[in-house]
Amino acid sequence: MDLLDKFDATVALRESLPFEKADPFKVVMEEIISETEAVIDGRRTILAGTNNYMGMTFNEEAVEAAKDAIDRFGTGTTGSRVLNGTYGGHKALEATIADFYGMEHCMVFSTGYQANLGMISALGGKDDFVIIDADSHASIYDGCSMGNATIVRFKHNDPDNLERRLKRLPADKGKLVVVEGIYSMLGDSAPLKELLEVSKKYGCMTLVDEAHSMGFCGENGRGVAEQLGVEHLVDFYVGTFSKSVGTVGGFAVSNHPKFDVLRFVSRPYIFTASLPPSVVAGATKAIEAIKRSSNRRAHLWENARRLHTGLKKAGFHLATPEAQSPIIAVHLPDPMVGTRFWENLLLEGVYANMAAPPATPSGVFLMRVSVCAQHTTEQIDEIIARFIRTANKIGLELKP
Amino acid sequence: MANEQIIEKIYELIAPLNKKGIELAPHVTFASDLELDSLTVMDLVADIEDEFDIVLPLNLLPELETIEHVANAVEKISNEG
Repeated sequence: MDLLDKFDATVALRESLPFEKADPFKVVMEEIISETEAVIDGRRTILAGTNNYMGMTFNEEAVEAAKDAIDRFGTGTTGSRVLNGTYGGHKALEATIADFYGMEHCMVFSTGYQANLGMISALGGKDDFVIIDADSHASIYDGCSMGNATIVRFKHNDPDNLERRLKRLPADKGKLVVVEGIYSMLGDSAPLKELLEVSKKYGCMTLVDEAHSMGFCGENGRGVAEQLGVEHLVDFYVGTFSKSVGTVGGFAVSNHPKFDVLRFVSRPYIFTASLPPSVVAGATKAIEAIKRSSNRRAHLWENARRLHTGLKKAGFHLATPEAQSPIIAVHLPDPMVGTRFWENLLLEGVYANMAAPPATPSGVFLMRVSVCAQHTTEQIDEIIARFIRTANKIGLELKP
Repeated sequence: MANEQIIEKIYELIAPLNKKGIELAPHVTFASDLELDSLTVMDLVADIEDEFDIVLPLNLLPELETIEHVANAVEKISNEG
């Protein structure tokens, strides 16, 4: 029996999509011109789908620090954090992040995905409950599968629905509520005040994933919990370096006095090689820069609002009533229109993400744009103009 | 609550989702008979939880293929609670 036969339906689905000139899963960035432009298939293209929210990928201090770390410490650590893979740079990065969040402890993981796997699988033990938002990122679902806790799911961003479920759980059991600050597909922000208050009312510990909100939400860029003034209700933050920080890696921070024990029990922390010294050094400088970047934050929000307003005025069907994050998602009616829109938009010189189930909630098809703080106002206007041209070209009806 | 009553309640909750008009019976499966996608199943699970005031953990779902499986799980969880 061929073990790959079970994927025939997936292959058939992909082959049914009418891609002619480009394939969203085979895009190659041939040249990176800047944080906001690349050469794809020989064309100069505006990058509008890279999650590079704060535009830190070419931050001078981060680049210099990364180069210097390669010279001094080499290309990699060749080991786990708990063996030979912890260098001075890793400890300095953990101290920088703890300081950024104003918390006592920080653990750096090799990816954001592993940070969620490592935290959720370790915190949720056999007799515990982990309560998650139904639209959670795959890393949260996978963290649940990896651990031994009983998993309970509540309706997306719905505090009443969460409370109904919490009421039914035993009062004397360990409970972890996991939510995100910004949800990455629709770009909608969570009502963290209500969600965290109800979690605390029922004696739960809380984990907030600020992967898509770190850098630009809140006065210091710590995320939605800071923005809403509810950081005191957060027991654990999880975040990533692969978005606003401009490199790769993940972290968890907490004030819990026993936090460090997780270094000995979290398998995705232990059984993998640590981040290379260059990545760690670059991330440290980028996070320090983010802290001072209030002008950049302000420009990012201006860009997000300008794009949202422009697309809405043009008659696109937007996923959120206003810009709640730098993620601006446009609803498209079906996979066929989605495919043609994505392809023609790329030919127009804009790279956005085509998002389809199962990555999207409720089976919707989206053209997902993520805005960068380094986009100029002219680039935002150009993205809007090219969206409109693409809609006209493929016959997508706009309803201004 | 007796198993038959639970099954009747589940039929009621499924009725609006039964787009193909399949005749409901205890052995009817959610995936292959009713052809419910995973998102619809998720909403149905939430409805069942609220109807019976129980928690149906995500971990259990892969084993609940038929209406009868769900009814048995609901009965077991209700009795434990």
